[in-house]
Amino acid sequence: MLSIRAYKRQEPLQWRSCLVFLGAVLLSLAISALLLQVHGKPALHGLRILFAGAFGSLWAIEDCLIKAIPIFLCSLGVAIAFRLQVWNIGAEGQFALGAIGATGVALAFPDLPGYGLLPLMAAAAFLLGGLWGLIPALLKLRMQANEIIVTLMMNYIAILILDYLVYGRWKDPQSFGFPMTPEFGPGAIVGKIGSTNLNWGLVVCLVTGVVVWVFFRFTRLGFEFRAAGENIRASRYAGLPYQRLVCLAMVLSGALAGWAGLLEASATINRLQPSIMVGYGYTAIVVAWLARLNPLTIGLASFLLAALRVGVENLQLDLQVPAAFGGIMEGLILLTVLAGGFFMEYGLKLRRTA
Amino acid sequence: MNTELIIPLLAAAIQSGTPILFATLGEILTEKSGVLNLGVEGIMIVGALAAFVMAKFTGNPILAFALAGVAGMLISATHGVVCLWFRGNQVVSGLALTIFGLGLADYLGTPLIGQTAPGFDKLALPGLSHLPVLGPIFFQQDLLVYVSVLIVPLLWFFLAKTRWGLHLRSVGEYPQAAAAAGINVLLYRWVGVLAGGFLVGWGGAYLSLAYTHLWTSGLSAGRGWIAVALVIFAFWRPGRALLGAYLFGGVMAFQLRLQAVGTHLPSSLLLMLPYALTVIVLVLASWKSRQASAPAALGINIEPRE
Repeated sequence: MLSIRAYKRQEPLQWRSCLVFLGAVLLSLAISALLLQVHGKPALHGLRILFAGAFGSLWAIEDCLIKAIPIFLCSLGVAIAFRLQVWNIGAEGQFALGAIGATGVALAFPDLPGYGLLPLMAAAAFLLGGLWGLIPALLKLRMQANEIIVTLMMNYIAILILDYLVYGRWKDPQSFGFPMTPEFGPGAIVGKIGSTNLNWGLVVCLVTGVVVWVFFRFTRLGFEFRAAGENIRASRYAGLPYQRLVCLAMVLSGALAGWAGLLEASATINRLQPSIMVGYGYTAIVVAWLARLNPLTIGLASFLLAALRVGVENLQLDLQVPAAFGGIMEGLILLTVLAGGFFMEYGLKLRRTA
Repeated sequence: MNTELIIPLLAAAIQSGTPILFATLGEILTEKSGVLNLGVEGIMIVGALAAFVMAKFTGNPILAFALAGVAGMLISATHGVVCLWFRGNQVVSGLALTIFGLGLADYLGTPLIGQTAPGFDKLALPGLSHLPVLGPIFFQQDLLVYVSVLIVPLLWFFLAKTRWGLHLRSVGEYPQAAAAAGINVLLYRWVGVLAGGFLVGWGGAYLSLAYTHLWTSGLSAGRGWIAVALVIFAFWRPGRALLGAYLFGGVMAFQLRLQAVGTHLPSSLLLMLPYALTVIVLVLASWKSRQASAPAALGINIEPRE
């Protein structure tokens, strides 16, 4: 009889790891197509619509870039925490708190010009998003409370705070009963770049991406982060301030997600309403892991997962496929890529057994 | 408060706590084998959908309930494949499973929103149900409540008193030693994942078959995550899981009553209660125990044999 045995690879796979990745994604696409067929939709035609919807026109690619902005910022933040082996699942809530902070400032000073108002909004989003990240960090360090559960519960709480505000306190009296704040004044809106549909949030992404990359690569603090992330116990013996690093990572993580919330409220919908919460914070976790926590690849992965969302929207319009299909595909891609990681570390050998 | 208010509230607490109890017991079983499955929320909702669809098409809620367990087991098998065979990160795999499960249930369940299916009705236990106070609280529940309570001592007995239970725990505490003692580590971890997923699927089935009798989007509403937290609160002990689940059931029932009566508090603030309580309970439990009761090898994959 033949049996399969795994053995540890002596040298890394290098370029062939791309093949593994590609194979994993193809497998998840195949399963997704199967699910379309189960639902009575033509599978291959569906996949074609998905791709055409995401990449088929300049307008579509613009849409992908716009959606990639919040995903990128959340994912960058999540990756900072993951590098320290702190599981911040709370980008969704930190995103909500950032949007709330920015909206609070925008509603309080409607007449301020942009150069005064936008920095204030950014500060508020940073503070509230950062606070929403700091709380689980402190509970983890002081009380040993599992940060996965705390950040997740704080997502639910954040969304309910947002609901509370837009259904009550901040509701626009002229909204005919719809839960939404009044539209932001011109000073509170992050504008579009030239004649395109893209907003300046894209530039914010580029700058923060480069800053984070430089920070990890070339600064002393960044080096401490990497060292502590590699081996927590060793870093403690080496005298690194692990607790402070965790707090800093979670504040930055939350603040970046907060900025994503600010941009979404200010640049994309120009107000705060419950529909702002579409799960970018969870997509960000998928992106961070697919990109192996590297800022540059996070950019690429954010674009691709944004494209998946745009493609699914097209699928929804053309074939009436429920929007939840996007979640299925995100989950599948992450699962298959995760399993594929095995082949980067191990090889398989066929063996003859008696 | 008078008894006319308290008794129905406590009865409702048990009902609201039952889906969480099933899920918590399932996750305890999985984690005892050393596998962390954060997909509980996703498995639960798939179980809820499977039960609902089967009840609708067969008209037989008992069959539907049984099959929901199988559905939960099949979805958990994904976690087993990724983590046990392919050594993927258990935290990330569980999260992916939750994203996948929530998506799948929403995707397949969209055409069913608002529809009803036959489920379980209240079943008064003869004799006991007429007891004053205790009768209406404990003995006028549906069949599944009794099933869930019955699983508590069974699970305890299995883990604490049987050979297989001992093997399963040893695999979760010290897999290398277990392997050296000739225990098939992978096999026991598979048992933990599949049997745990089966129970979590039942938790979901309770939601659609006994709690609501109707399908709505987002039926699980974070209960799976609450169950994950309760495992820690319960120190991985089935008995304490019962306590925790009913505590949460009580808060959920109380919050619903308060909304129904109509208060000045906005509903969004009331809805926060169970989530805020989860954080508080988790902090208190972790602070006291410092996680000492967690299986030592929880979340750690084992090296494949050369």
